[in-house]
Amino acid sequence: MSDLLQQRQHEIAEEFEFFEDWMERYEHIIELGKELAPISEDEKLEEHLIRGCQSRVWLLADKDDAGNVKFRADSDAIITKGLAALMVRVLSGLSPAAVAQANLWFIEKIGLDAHLSPTRANGLRSMVQQMKYYGVAFQSQKQV
Amino acid sequence: MSSALDASALRLQFPILNREVNGKPLVYLDHAASSQKPIAVIEAQREYLMHYHANVHRGVHALSQQATDAFENARTIVQQHIGAAESSEVIWTAGATDAINLVAQTWGRDQIGRGDTIVLTRMEHHANIVPWQMLAEEVGASIEVVDVQDDGTLDAEQLQQKLAQRPKLFAFTHVSNTLGTVNDAQALTALAKSAGAAVLIDGCQAIPHMEVDVQALDCDFYIFSGHKAYGPTGIGVLYGKRELLEAMRPWRGGGEMIDVVSFENGTTYAGLPHKFEAGTPHISGAIALGVALNWLNGIGADAIMDHETMVAAHARKGLSSIEGIRFIGNAPLASGVVSFVVDGTHPYDIGTLLDSQGVAVRTGHHCTQPLMERYGIPGTVRASFGAYNTLQEVDTLVSGTIRAVRMLRD
Repeated sequence: MSDLLQQRQHEIAEEFEFFEDWMERYEHIIELGKELAPISEDEKLEEHLIRGCQSRVWLLADKDDAGNVKFRADSDAIITKGLAALMVRVLSGLSPAAVAQANLWFIEKIGLDAHLSPTRANGLRSMVQQMKYYGVAFQSQKQV
Repeated sequence: MSSALDASALRLQFPILNREVNGKPLVYLDHAASSQKPIAVIEAQREYLMHYHANVHRGVHALSQQATDAFENARTIVQQHIGAAESSEVIWTAGATDAINLVAQTWGRDQIGRGDTIVLTRMEHHANIVPWQMLAEEVGASIEVVDVQDDGTLDAEQLQQKLAQRPKLFAFTHVSNTLGTVNDAQALTALAKSAGAAVLIDGCQAIPHMEVDVQALDCDFYIFSGHKAYGPTGIGVLYGKRELLEAMRPWRGGGEMIDVVSFENGTTYAGLPHKFEAGTPHISGAIALGVALNWLNGIGADAIMDHETMVAAHARKGLSSIEGIRFIGNAPLASGVVSFVVDGTHPYDIGTLLDSQGVAVRTGHHCTQPLMERYGIPGTVRASFGAYNTLQEVDTLVSGTIRAVRMLRD
């Protein structure tokens, strides 16, 4: 597994280590959401929307010159945007293969795994799935 | 502010209300989605399973007789609770959704045809929209929608226009699950009837909060679910006038709903109410729903309505201090539902932060997407109250919402 992926997950786990309750965790997630650069209005297209969220989540992916995946995301709900910010921070800039195969242990480590259940309205699960699909898609592009 | 009902004492009958959520005492304000259950209801189901479970209407043995008696007794409780003329007008269903689908697929298929009109309102739950859309598509009928006004009441003028088209059916909710609006069901029914329409009323949000008398309403069908009225999930009620139910074809075929089954001579069906109850019913659910309705009667519909209105008013007053708050639904006559949005915040964020403070509210479209579209919002935060909610809980909701909004805006 990518060292960068491990390093990033460790950093996030440390960041969340000292929060005592959910309000503190959410406060931090909200902060991260506010810091994440918004995507422009004309990029908020239907085709970039992730299904299965109570709030709207837009996810965009490109490949940079080195062939790594660059993610950008936005949401009209700030907590969801904070979750998106965490995902972008962990996966953006990795190779398509690393994205596709990423073992995202930090989600459970910081207690967000409850948000991964299919019925949760925040769409974290759909977000993770969609990001991995992009990894797979970019991988096969390379082979063509 | 005070009311005749002592919610603090009543709460002791609800074991679940003692639990904690996210390390905080549970404040359950999602009654409109599903109510919590008093110990009497929980015990009734347990008692049945422990002591007299058997299949109903079949056996000559003692357990089957006892189960059948309790099951049919529950039907009589429902009959009396809603003021039906006879207990055979009370059909057990799997829930309110199931009941509406039953009417759409039997009465609807026989009575509604190509070119006919069904009138609905914009405040309907999806359960009172989609079965009619499916039917309309199938038979070539059309659906007309009565709009809601800014305050959440029905547009009476538009209703008159729609009724002038001589629809076959007017189906509407007694009480809106999203807005809290209490419709004048009796007046609406009279209007529809004078236009020659049959009337189906969705009473899910009315039964737990107010007195309902189907004969006084004079509606053709009245439906409700058990789990929103302090009863179990998986059980609901379809009330229908005898003459309509008798004329209706059965929907689901199977055991229980038959008179004689024969390959040679064809099958004949049972009479009311069993004609519509194919298969083994939700026996414990029906029995426990009877207990729940008796429990409601013990407290009294007026006392419950007064209490919930008082609690909702307290919530509105407290929440009003939040800058940029907008209440969705301001009808003069409303149930204990407070739906709101706050400028610059998303309902999902407020709901999530309330949850982490132990407060259970519902966020989103509440299965009323056409209504959200009407108000131009993605959803609301909805606090809905039951007999067991206290003013202290409302204070927790208010302080929790204020804290959430501050965190989201800073």
